[in-house]
Amino acid sequence: MTRYIIRRLFAMPFLVLGIVTLAFLLTTVTKGDPLTAIVSERQMNNPEIVAAAKARWGLDRSLPERYVIYVGNLLTGDMGTSFITRRPVGQDILFRLPATMELVIAAMLVGATIGIALGVLAAYYRNTATDHFARLFALFGSSIPVFWLGLAVLFIFSVKLGIMPGPGRMDARLPQPPEITRFLTIDALLAGDFRVFIDALWHLILPSFVLGWAVAGTISRLVRANMLEVLGREFILTARAKGAGELRVVLRHALRNTLVPTLTVIGYSFAYLLTGAVLTETIFSWPGMGSYAVSAARGLDFPAIIGVTIVGGVVFLVTNLVTDIAYVVANPRVRLG
Amino acid sequence: MATLLLARRHTWLSLPLIVGLAVVGFWLLATLLAPQMTAFDPLDMVARRLQPPSWQHWLGTDALGRDVLARTLHGARHSLPIAVVVVSVAVAIGAMLGAVSGFLGGQVDNAIMRLVDITLSFPPMLLAMAVAASLGPGLGNATIAMVIVWWPVYARLMRAQVLEVREREHVEAAVAAGASRPRILLKHILPLCWTPVLISATMDLGQVILLAASLSFIGLGATPPTPEWGSMISDGAAQFYSWWVAFGPGLAILTIVLGFNFIGDALHDHFDPRSK
Amino acid sequence: MIPATENAPLFEVRDLRVAFGRAGVSLEAVRGISLTVDHGEVLGIVGESGSGKSIGMLGALGLQPDSARVSGSVRFKGLELVGLPRRELRKLRGARIGMIFQDPLSSLNPVMTIGAQIAEALLLHNETLSARVALERAEELLTLVAIPQPDRRLRQYPHEFSGGMRQRVMIAMAVANDPDLLIADEPTTALDVTVQAQIMEVLAALRRRLDIGLILITHDLGVLAGHADRVAVVYAGEIVEQASVDDLFARPGHPYTRGLIASIPDMSVERDRLNSIEGTPPPLGQLPGGCAFHPRCPLAQEICRASAPPIRGRAEHIAACHFADLPEGSTR
Repeated sequence: MTRYIIRRLFAMPFLVLGIVTLAFLLTTVTKGDPLTAIVSERQMNNPEIVAAAKARWGLDRSLPERYVIYVGNLLTGDMGTSFITRRPVGQDILFRLPATMELVIAAMLVGATIGIALGVLAAYYRNTATDHFARLFALFGSSIPVFWLGLAVLFIFSVKLGIMPGPGRMDARLPQPPEITRFLTIDALLAGDFRVFIDALWHLILPSFVLGWAVAGTISRLVRANMLEVLGREFILTARAKGAGELRVVLRHALRNTLVPTLTVIGYSFAYLLTGAVLTETIFSWPGMGSYAVSAARGLDFPAIIGVTIVGGVVFLVTNLVTDIAYVVANPRVRLG
Repeated sequence: MATLLLARRHTWLSLPLIVGLAVVGFWLLATLLAPQMTAFDPLDMVARRLQPPSWQHWLGTDALGRDVLARTLHGARHSLPIAVVVVSVAVAIGAMLGAVSGFLGGQVDNAIMRLVDITLSFPPMLLAMAVAASLGPGLGNATIAMVIVWWPVYARLMRAQVLEVREREHVEAAVAAGASRPRILLKHILPLCWTPVLISATMDLGQVILLAASLSFIGLGATPPTPEWGSMISDGAAQFYSWWVAFGPGLAILTIVLGFNFIGDALHDHFDPRSK
Repeated sequence: MIPATENAPLFEVRDLRVAFGRAGVSLEAVRGISLTVDHGEVLGIVGESGSGKSIGMLGALGLQPDSARVSGSVRFKGLELVGLPRRELRKLRGARIGMIFQDPLSSLNPVMTIGAQIAEALLLHNETLSARVALERAEELLTLVAIPQPDRRLRQYPHEFSGGMRQRVMIAMAVANDPDLLIADEPTTALDVTVQAQIMEVLAALRRRLDIGLILITHDLGVLAGHADRVAVVYAGEIVEQASVDDLFARPGHPYTRGLIASIPDMSVERDRLNSIEGTPPPLGQLPGGCAFHPRCPLAQEICRASAPPIRGRAEHIAACHFADLPEGSTR
């Protein structure tokens, strides 16, 4: 087991370097001219201004040189300067990552809660209306485009019914708490401002549901399959023969036995959540990495796009590593390939 | 106890499968016959702008006075072919590299699998965005981006298949009989590897349609005035209070992806009945 | 708590039926079993797998699968269990009636410690018990079933136990609340021969000490030889012979019983194959007409195909065979 973990940790730097290289290669195949984003069209004919801009952004060096410079800069945390915001990309991302994390974690909680509950019910009431509903719920979750779902719930719950707040992380009329962790809910609590805390939670509901639905579906399918398997095992009969009630049989005996694969799928769902966050944030004007990535992609802001891609890749890599290791640690009898 | 488990009735043509086939069939029809299915041209201004749904325009009109229903039906002509192209090219590349990787092993296997690992280290949407942005907006480039994101999935699957089939007796018999290596791979191994790859590819069609629409939604896929579903929803987001502008294309994506998922679900149940 | 009727037998089953499938196409796995067990008595139930012996006992305690329906009468100390509300039934299971199953590995929850599982059995039936006291009692129980180092063993998980030790844990759990009746379903089948004897010894000792009525379900008549007082032979969901263990071995009345006796492995004779009965039991829903055993019976005549055999013999030894040669008497 230890050897497995060491081997996985050892592979990490190579994978990260792979990510960086692949990301850098992308900038070299570009057909869209990033100059158009920094030099206004009328001045594109002015060679002096074009040359100055190229020099400033390092666009006139040779490829290997640019690669070495890029990797060197990355090692010091420098991802270049955004064409659009004119701020260091690393700093932009650092400021925006907490908002994304807050949304992703909320979506994960929503998805896990709904998914586990539905999966348990579907397995226990297998082949009944409950089961069919859970299956449809899961299929819809992986079929609805999140950006459309986001628009729809905003229109219905915020505009038409007026029972939910609109886009954004909090009501703009409330005082912004001091930015310490940049997790708004935590910052509000640190500042002791419960009104902002409740408002921030309230603003999290729609986007985290939109983002968490597909994950809930995936989790419910997996929990159902595992629960079916476990509910058929002999120790369930033993528990009933002991005089345990159905609730106890299902939750304490059966569900606990499905915990490891469930936690694993929740861990892996992170990738989906990061992907979905890009679109959800755009719809909900959420000031996170996703909306940053979208505006960067739209504006051909290459340092920003590459920066976000690298950070996304690394975050993804780390969560998968943690999930894999947690799985092995929780399950010492797993055969390691 | 085992004898007490009554044999499960196996319904191959289940309701979800029928619904899935019907829905996908409808969109296939729209792909072929969209111009005949609607009276309006998807690019022409045919009415006043932002009209809500009416008998004349079932799904209303958009900000330029174009018929949303006509544009939605024509949208299938972009989404479906793109999904088919992306999946087929990704399967072709992935299956070839995966088969070679699994069959040859050694350094070749190592190199290909590291490339697969690295590509799969990215959240798919982010990588697709980065590639599409690097190549520049446009449906063609978005297609290339999606192939780059998707091929490693099939490479992994195909490699696992080849590794498994390679160990079977008939392959060992062929080796003993002195068959050449390419012949063993092509005649004895590959024919037995396709089923899971093709099932997986079918199920992925819906996800590729979703990804393509997502790229178009953020402006990296189809460019105006192409009636592509993702960019139509993007138009709808700009006309937030005229809900019908985004309704048609959204429903189109939902139904076609749902259709593919229904089919995939039925296939999954059929080939892996344990989960039933 | 339980309305104990004076003089009522400990456990009395009358015409128990367990049927699967929807109404209309119901398939009976258990077709009218009647038997009685008293305090301190050991009743063996023997039959091939699929004969309905296990599902019958599960059904008697309301543990049948959802798709099954149970009818007939099951009285525990005079209390009717069929149709009893689930809550009431749960109070009996694990408290007054303990159960032990075949495979001790799959019968124990892999993610709970042994201590937690035994303590759970205690806590479920005694709300006033503290968790600490329950664990102490669990330790005593492990001592009772002769598991060494019980304090350390309590904190271990099932996979850290050997098969025989696991079955001891199952027994400890089943007798945790001093039950009146213990139902052991193939308790030794999954174990090595040497361990089998030990487990039977533990069961026998406990039965004597706690004065428990014991139902021993097995496919191996040999297991019952030294351990049961009476034996019921089950074939295709029916009891085909019932007698005291000595009488059964001395004068088996049913050809199926004779086949079972012949198939007991004989250690003193070298044989490549056991004498087993030809063929297999009829699958559910494909019962042959007449006597259910006739397709496999060496004595089968025309009458066996035509009509179900009557029950012959007296109360203490009965057999359902047209040709049973038993002392006749009133069975009504």
